[in-house]
Amino acid sequence: MNVEESSVQFEAPGRLRHFLTTEGLGRETIVEILDIAESFISVGERRIKKVPLLHGKTVVNLFFEPSTRTRTTFEIAAKRLSADVINLSSARMSTSKGESVLDTVKTLEAMHTDMFVVRDKASGTAHLIARHMPPGVSIINAGDGRHAHPTQAMLDVFTIRQYKNDFEPLSIAITGDILHSRVARSQIHALRQLGVKDIRIIGPATLLPTRIEKLGVRTYYDMDEGVADADVLIMLRVQTERMDGQLLPGPEEYFRYYGLSEKRLKLARPDAIVMHPGPMNRGLEIASGVADGPRSVILSQVTNGIAVRMAIMAKLAGDAHRESHS
Amino acid sequence: MIGIHTGGVWLAQKLHHLVRLETALGTLDITFYRDDFSTIGLHPQVNPSNLPEDIEGRDIILVDDVLQTGRTIRAALNEVFSYGRPNSVVLAVLVDRGLRELPIQADVCGLKIDLDAQRQIKLSGPDTLKLTITDKDASDT
Amino acid sequence: MNLCIRGGRVIDPASGFDQICDLHIRNERIVAIGGAPPDANHTGVIDAKGLIVAPGLIDMQARLREPGEDHTGSMESELAAAVKGGVTTVCVPPDTYPPIDTPAMVHMIKQRVDAVGLARVLPIGALTVNLEGERLTDMGSLHQAGCTALGNSDRAIVNTLVMRRALQYASTFNLVVLLNAQDPWLVGNGCVHEGEISTRLGLPVIPEAAETVGVARDLALIETTGIRAHFNCLSSARAIAMIVDARARGLPVTASVTPHHLHLCEQDVGVFDTQCKVMPPLRSEDDRTALRNAVASGAIAAICSDHQAHGKDAKLAPFSEAASGIAGIESLLGLTMKLVREDNLPLTTALAALTSNPARILDLDRGRIEVGQIADLCVFDPDEVYTLSLNGMTSRGANTPFYDTELYGKVHTTLVAGKIVYNG
Repeated sequence: MNVEESSVQFEAPGRLRHFLTTEGLGRETIVEILDIAESFISVGERRIKKVPLLHGKTVVNLFFEPSTRTRTTFEIAAKRLSADVINLSSARMSTSKGESVLDTVKTLEAMHTDMFVVRDKASGTAHLIARHMPPGVSIINAGDGRHAHPTQAMLDVFTIRQYKNDFEPLSIAITGDILHSRVARSQIHALRQLGVKDIRIIGPATLLPTRIEKLGVRTYYDMDEGVADADVLIMLRVQTERMDGQLLPGPEEYFRYYGLSEKRLKLARPDAIVMHPGPMNRGLEIASGVADGPRSVILSQVTNGIAVRMAIMAKLAGDAHRESHS
Repeated sequence: MIGIHTGGVWLAQKLHHLVRLETALGTLDITFYRDDFSTIGLHPQVNPSNLPEDIEGRDIILVDDVLQTGRTIRAALNEVFSYGRPNSVVLAVLVDRGLRELPIQADVCGLKIDLDAQRQIKLSGPDTLKLTITDKDASDT
Repeated sequence: MNLCIRGGRVIDPASGFDQICDLHIRNERIVAIGGAPPDANHTGVIDAKGLIVAPGLIDMQARLREPGEDHTGSMESELAAAVKGGVTTVCVPPDTYPPIDTPAMVHMIKQRVDAVGLARVLPIGALTVNLEGERLTDMGSLHQAGCTALGNSDRAIVNTLVMRRALQYASTFNLVVLLNAQDPWLVGNGCVHEGEISTRLGLPVIPEAAETVGVARDLALIETTGIRAHFNCLSSARAIAMIVDARARGLPVTASVTPHHLHLCEQDVGVFDTQCKVMPPLRSEDDRTALRNAVASGAIAAICSDHQAHGKDAKLAPFSEAASGIAGIESLLGLTMKLVREDNLPLTTALAALTSNPARILDLDRGRIEVGQIADLCVFDPDEVYTLSLNGMTSRGANTPFYDTELYGKVHTTLVAGKIVYNG
C-alpha cells in the first residue's frame, strides 16, 4: 500500500506534490525536511522574521475542525515565508446535504490558491481533496480524523533529533489513546523510517487498535514495563469525552495506570525526554511536575512546530516549481 | 565582516584573519532569498546563516567570491536587513567578471576580467583557494 | 411466438443437464429440449453456437431505487441493468421510501414493474412496520399480496423479543425470511473491517463479531421458531461456519454472499477507496478464501448482487461519510464467471448459485430448464471478456470498484417468459 500512498503524495521520486502522511515518505525526504527546518529555526530569531520564499503565494488554512494551536502555527509559518494567508474555520455538514468538502475546496481553488492546509474530523479528507486538485495546488494534511497528523509527527522527530544523536538505538514509548490518535500513527511511520527499532505502544486494550503490531511496534498494557529504560516518552492527549465510562472507567483510574508521574519517569533512562503534542490534561495523562520538569521538551515542540511547517511548505513550493520548469 | 556561502565564506575567513578583525565573522546563506526559487526550487543543502554580531547601526564588509549578475548581492542585502539596519555596507569581491543585470558594483575588487556568458569562473577551497575558468559546455579548463 | 435457441450449450444446474442442443419455446414456455416438436413453426431463431443457455439469474437482493430514491435510479434504468446482466428475477428488499410494509405498497410496485416490463420483481415484505423493529406488519396480507418472503432489509431488529415474535408470526404463514444479520451495537458508526486496514487508515471499525453475534442470535431464534431463514450477504468465515453447523443440526437455513466479498478483501480499500465501502465490510483475505470455498462446496447456496446504485457524488466524500454499496447487478454473472475461469469454481455450481438455488430457497417455480417451464433464460458467452466503465453502465449508478476489471461471460440475450428483453 505504500506504493499507492506515494503515488498520491509524490509527483516523482523525491518530489513532493502534497504532504498527506508520513507513511511511505521515505527516510531521505524526512531527513531533507528536518534539515531545511533546521535552517528555518534561526529565521524566528531575527529582527525581521520573514523570508520571501512564498512571496505572492496564497495559502488557505481550511479548518473544518477547530484547533487554535495548529492553525496558528501554520499561519505563522506561512507568514514567515511571506505568503498571503487566509483562515477559514467552519464546521461542515457531514452528510450529503449542503456543500460537500470538494465543493468548498474547489471554490477556493478557483480563486487561485496555491496551497491548502486542511484539518478535518474524518479520516481521509486530505487524500480526497488531494486527488481532485489541479497541478500546482498542494494539500498539507493538518490532521484527518484518526488517520494522520504528519506535520505534528515531523516536528516531534525534529525535536527528538535535537536531543538525541542517532535514531536507531532509541527506545521510544508512546502512551495513551492510540486508537483515536492520528498523531501516534504518523509518529510510528516516521520513526520506523528513521530506523527506530524499539517503538513501544502503551495503553489499555480499549485504546489500542487491532493489529497495531503490523506497523512495527510492540504493545504493552503495563506502563511501568513499557517505559523501562526508554529514551523518549511520548504522552498522548486523552480526550475527556473518552472518560464517559465506555472506553475508560474514569480519570483517577487512568492516571493510576497510564499517567506519567514522577515516579514512573524514574523508570526511564536518566536522560529520557518527555514529549506531548498538546494540549495537555495535567493530572490525567501527565503530572504537572513532569510536564514542567527538566526532562520535558514540550515547549521546544511548540517552537519547532513553526520551523518544521515552514520547511514542509518551502519543500512543497520548491518541488512544485521544479516540476513546472523542468 | 560577513561572507556569502560558499566561496565568499572561504574568502572572508582569509581576509578576516589577514586584517585581524576583532569582531566575529558572520556567514550568510541566501537560499531563502534567491529570486530564482520559483525556477529552480529549494536547494536541499541549506547552511543556516550565522551572524554572531548584532548588525544594528554597524559598518559591514560584505564578502563574495565572484560578482556577476548582482542578484546574489541583492539577496544578501535583503537578508542582512532582516537582521537589522546597518550603518553602512561595503562590498568586497575577489573577481568581477562582468555581465551585470542589476545596478550593483563592488567597492573593493581583486581582479576584473570580462568573460562572455559561455565561460564559467569558479572558486574552489576552502584550504587552498583556486580560481578556475571553464567553458560552460566543456568540462576541461 | 415460437422461438428456437439453436446450438447452445444448455445447462440446467438443478438436474445437472449439460448438452449442446436446441431449445424450443412456444409462447412463454419451454416446449422441447433437443429435437423440435412436431408442430414447430419458428418465428424466430437465436443462434447460440458457442454460447451457454442457462436459466435466467435470480438476484436475491437488489435495490431498484423506486419508490423514494428516484434521483439515483429508476425501475427503468435498474431493470434494464438487470436484464443486461442476465437477471430475470429481482428480489427487492423492503427499504424503499416508504418501505414495503403494506399490501398497497406491494401492489404499487407490481404495477410499476408491469408498466416497465423487462425483468420480474419480487418485493420482499417488511417484518416490522416502517422497518423500525417495533411492531409486526400484516404479514398474512403481505403474503396474500404477493410477498413470498419477508425481511427487514439491513435495519436490525434491535429488540430480540420483537425479532423472536416476528419470526414466530412469519412461520405461521410458512414464509421464508431473508436476514441481514448484524449486531447494531457492534456495527455502530463503523465503516471498515476491524483489521490491518482500519488500524492503518484510522477508520471506525465493524468487527467480525458484529456479524457472528447477529447470526448467532438469529440462529437461536430460528431454532426455536422453526422458520425457514436465509442469511443474505454474509462476509466472514466464522459466520459461514455457524451456518454450516446449523444446517448440520437440521435447521432450515441457507446463506448468500456477494461477488464483491468473493473478489475483494480489506486491503482493496487501499488509501480510502470509497468504491470499496460496502456493508457488511470487505473482510480479511482468509475470509475471502473461506467464502470462495463455501460457494464451491455448496455451503453458501446463492450469490446475490446486493445492487445499490448511487450517483457520482455519493462516493466523493471522506470514507466514513461516503455512501456504501456497489451497483453490482450488471457484473453479477461476469464476476461469478470470473471465479469459474480463475478460481476453479465448477460451472454448474456457479450457475446453481445464481439460478436454481435461489429459486429453491424462495419457493419459486423458476430457475430451471425443463420442458413445461416458463422460459426465463440467459444466453451468454462464457469466454467473452468485457469490462465496465464507471460512466458507461446501464444502471444509473456510477459506483463499482470493478470498472476496468476483466469480466467473463458476456450476456447476449435475456428472455423473460419467452420474450427477448435484452439483446446485446
